[in-house]
Amino acid sequence: MSTRTMAWWLGSFARRPVAIFGLAVILAVIVAAILAPLLAPFDPSAIDPINRLSPPDAAHWFGTDQFGRDSLSRAIYATRMALFIGVGVVAFALVTGVPVGVFSALFPRLGHVMMRAVDVLMAFPSLLLALGLIVILGPSPVNSVIALGAGFLTTTTRIVYGLTLRLRTETYVEAARSMGSRTGWLVLKHILPNLISPLLVQASFVFAFAQLGAASLDFLGLGAPPEIPSWGNMLAESRTFVTRAPWLLFFPGMMIVLTAFALNVVGDSLRDRLDPRLREMLGSER
Amino acid sequence: MLKVSDLTVSIGPDDAPIDLVSGVSFLIEKGEILGLVGESGCGKSMTSLAVMGLLPRPGPRIRAGRVELDGADVRGLMPWQRVEIGHARVAMIFQEPMTSLNPVLRVGDQIAEAVRVHDRVSGSAALVRARELLEMVRIPDAGMQLSAFPHQLSGGMRQRVMIAVALACRPQVLIADEPTTALDVTVQYQILGLLRELCNALEMAMLFITHDMGVIAQLADRVAVMYAGRIVETAPVRTLFDAPGHPYTRGLMACMPIRGVGQQRLKSIPGQAPQPDGVPVGCKFAPRCSEVRQSCRMASPPRLQVGPGHEALCAFPITDGRPL
Amino acid sequence: MWSYALKRAGATGLTLIAASIIIFAFIHLIPGDPIYVLLGDMATPDQVDVLRHRLGLDQPILFQYLRWAGAALTGDFGRSIFFQAPVLSIIADGAETSTLLASITMVWVLLIGIPIGMLAAMRHGSWLDQGLSGLAMLMASVPTFWVGLYMILIFAAWLGWMPSSGYPSIFEEGGLGNLRYLVLPSLTLAAPNAALILRLTRASMLDVSREDYVRTARAKGIRPWRVVTRHIFRNALLAVVSAFGFTFAALLSEAVVTETVFALPGIGRLVVQSILRRDYPVIQGVILIIVVLYMLINLLVDLSYRLLDPRVELQ
Repeated sequence: MSTRTMAWWLGSFARRPVAIFGLAVILAVIVAAILAPLLAPFDPSAIDPINRLSPPDAAHWFGTDQFGRDSLSRAIYATRMALFIGVGVVAFALVTGVPVGVFSALFPRLGHVMMRAVDVLMAFPSLLLALGLIVILGPSPVNSVIALGAGFLTTTTRIVYGLTLRLRTETYVEAARSMGSRTGWLVLKHILPNLISPLLVQASFVFAFAQLGAASLDFLGLGAPPEIPSWGNMLAESRTFVTRAPWLLFFPGMMIVLTAFALNVVGDSLRDRLDPRLREMLGSER
Repeated sequence: MLKVSDLTVSIGPDDAPIDLVSGVSFLIEKGEILGLVGESGCGKSMTSLAVMGLLPRPGPRIRAGRVELDGADVRGLMPWQRVEIGHARVAMIFQEPMTSLNPVLRVGDQIAEAVRVHDRVSGSAALVRARELLEMVRIPDAGMQLSAFPHQLSGGMRQRVMIAVALACRPQVLIADEPTTALDVTVQYQILGLLRELCNALEMAMLFITHDMGVIAQLADRVAVMYAGRIVETAPVRTLFDAPGHPYTRGLMACMPIRGVGQQRLKSIPGQAPQPDGVPVGCKFAPRCSEVRQSCRMASPPRLQVGPGHEALCAFPITDGRPL
Repeated sequence: MWSYALKRAGATGLTLIAASIIIFAFIHLIPGDPIYVLLGDMATPDQVDVLRHRLGLDQPILFQYLRWAGAALTGDFGRSIFFQAPVLSIIADGAETSTLLASITMVWVLLIGIPIGMLAAMRHGSWLDQGLSGLAMLMASVPTFWVGLYMILIFAAWLGWMPSSGYPSIFEEGGLGNLRYLVLPSLTLAAPNAALILRLTRASMLDVSREDYVRTARAKGIRPWRVVTRHIFRNALLAVVSAFGFTFAALLSEAVVTETVFALPGIGRLVVQSILRRDYPVIQGVILIIVVLYMLINLLVDLSYRLLDPRVELQ
C-alpha cells in the first residue's frame, strides 16, 4: 500500500475520536493476547477455594470466580480465544467468499449456479446454521470458527460478487480485456486491489459479530470447552452465581461489548470513507 | 417582478467567509426571459437555489443582498415560509426530470399537492386543476396520465410534468435550471417552445439558466453572464452576440463554432476558472484575460455601462466594435 | 403482479427443496450409524430392525430422501428420542411461547427503532443524533444473553418487578397476565434488533432526503413535516421493509439464546436441549420448520415490497 493510501486511511480516524478509541481497544486486545503471560497477575487456572467468589479488590481487580480463579487473568487470557475466533472466522469467510464471488462474477454461467447455492445456504438463519454444524462436527474452538464462518461466507460472497460485477463493467477493465489481458492477470491487477478497502470494512463487522456469535456458542456450552478461558465461558459459569457475585457478570460481558463496539466503530469509520455519497461540502463541518 | 440585489452566498466561518456567489444583481420584468449563462461551477445554480430559498441546511447561506418578489424581500425564507406570508409566487424546474419526481407517488398526486398548497383547495378539486395543468403543458391524454407513475413516462413528458408542478404554484417568476440539458435535441426544442409560450400567456418572468449559448440565442430576451460567482456582463441578447463588451464573453463567443465557416481548430479560453477563495480584490478573470492590464489584478473591476441596458464588470470593456 | 408472485414462489420452492436436502443429509452427516443416531444408543435390536425397514436404509439415498420429504409434508417428522413422542407434537408445544415472544419483540423493534431512527435523521448532526447513533451501535455490540442476564439481575432479583424465568401459557391460569413473563425476554431480544432498525431507518432517511425529488417537494412550498412524512419517510421505508426478512432471521437465531437464559419453554430452548441430549430427530424437525418459516417470511416481504414500490419489475 502506498503512503498516500495509508494517509487516507488514517485520515478517516482523525475525524472521529470514537474511531481512535476503537482502534485503541483493538490494539489493547491484541497486545493483551500476545503478552498475556506477562500481563496477567495470576495463573488463569490457579484455584484458590478460600477466596472464591470474592468481589473486586486490590489483589483481584475483577474479583474471583466460584473456584477462586482470578477473573482479570482469565479475561486477559480470553483475548487469545477472541482473536483466534475473530481471525479464524474472517479468514474463513474471505478465503471461501472471495474466490467464489470473483469467479462467479467473471464467469456468468458458473456464477448463476454458485449464487443459487449461496441462496440455499442463506435460507438458514446464521446461528441455527452454526448450531447444526456444531452438532455434526462436535464442539470445539476450531469447529466454532467453521460453524460461524459458514454464516458469514454467504454475505461475503454476495458482497464480493456484487463488487466484482460492478468492477467488471468499469471501463478500465474492459480496456484491459480488449488489449488481450488474460483473466487471471485481470483479476490480480484490477479487481483484487479494488476489493481491499470494502473487504476491510466487511472484515471489521464480521470480526465484531463473530465475537458475539462465539460468545453465544460458548454460553450454550457448544463452543470452547470450559477449561479454555473465553468471555462466553466466563459468562456461562457466572450464571449460577449471578446474584451473589454480579461482578462475574459485568467484566467478561464488558470485554465482549468493548471489543465488538470497537470493531463496529472502526468498520463504520472506514465505510464512511468509502461511500461516495458522503462527500463533504467545501469547508463545512460535519 | 423579481429583483435581486447584491446577492452573496458563502460558506465557511463568519469572520472568514468564502463567497460562492458575490454581489449578484439583476431584474426581470413580467413576461421577460433572462438567460443566465456561465460554465460549470460559476455559481448559477447556487444563485437560483438562493433566490428560491432552497439552499440546503446545513450548507451555504446568504450572507448579504436582497431577493425581492414584487417588492417583498423574501431572502432566506424557504418556500413554505413564503407561502405563509403570502409571497410565494416563484417556482423552479430542475435539470434532471428523471430524479426530480417522487417515484412512489402518482404524477397527478404530485401536481395536486402543489395545487393544494397554493390554491387552498382539497381532494378532487385539486385533481381537476392538476388535469388542467397537464393539458396546459400539452401532455396528451391528460386524464389518464394523472394516475401514471413517473417511471412510466419519457424524459420529455416528465419535464412537462415538472413544469405543470411549477405552474401549480401560480408563479409570477419561473426559474428554470438547465431544464433541457438532459433531454434529446428534438424534445429540447419542444420544451423550450412550451416555456416561451407559457411565459407570454401567463406573463411570467423567467430566469433561464444554461451553459448552452444556442438555447440562449433562441429563448432569452436579455442575458447575464456569470463567472466565478459574479455577473460579468448583462445585455440584451442581440447585443451580447453582436458586440459583447467583457473579455470573458468575447472569449465565449469566439469559442462557438460557426456553422458554414470551415475552421482549422476550435478556439478556447486558456486556463481554468478559479476556485472560490476568500480573496476579494482584483478581477477574477485577470489570469486568463487577453486584454489584462496591471491595474486589473489590484483593484476590483467596476460595473460600467457600455450601452443601453448593457453593463460589464470590467475596467476596460471592449466598446470599439472590433470583431471577435 | 400475480405472475411475479408465482415466479417468486417457484424460486422459493426450489430453494426450499435444496435446503431440505441439506437438512435430510444432516442425519447422515453425524458421525455414527444413522439408525443409532435416530434411535439413540439405548435402542433394542428389534427397534433397529423396524426402523431400518421403515426408513428403507438399504434403498438408494434418493428414495430415502423422498420418503422423508413425503413424510414431512404430512407432518411426520419422526419420533423424539428423548420424549418418545412425535417430533411435531413436541415442537407444537413450544410454538405458542416462541410465536408470542417473536411477535412482541417485533413490535418493540419497530416501535422503538423506526421513530427514533427518524428522529436521529431529522436532527442530523446534532448531539442528539450522534448520541442516538452511538447508542445504537453500542446496543448492536452487546451479546443478547448478557442483556438478558442483567435484566434478570436488575428487574427480577433486585427490584422484583418481573418474574425471572419460565412462562405459563396464557391459556392457563393467569390468562393474559402471564404475558408479563415475556416482557423481559422480549425487551432483551429487541435491543440489538431495534438498534439495527434504528440505524437502517436513519441511514435510509438521510439518503432519501438528499434526493432531487425531495428538493422538488420543498420547492412546492409544502411544510417540512409533510415533506418528511409524505416524501422522505415513504421512500426510506422501502429500504427498511426489505430488511424485515433479515431481522426476522436474526430474531430466530437470538431467540435460541434468549429462551435459554429465561428458561422459556419455546422452540429455541428446545433446540439447545435437543443438541445437548442428542435428540437428532427433533433438531432436524425444528430446523426444517424454521427454514420453511423464514423463507415464507422472505417471500412475503419480497411481494409486499413490490406493492410499496411501483418501480420494481421482474428480473
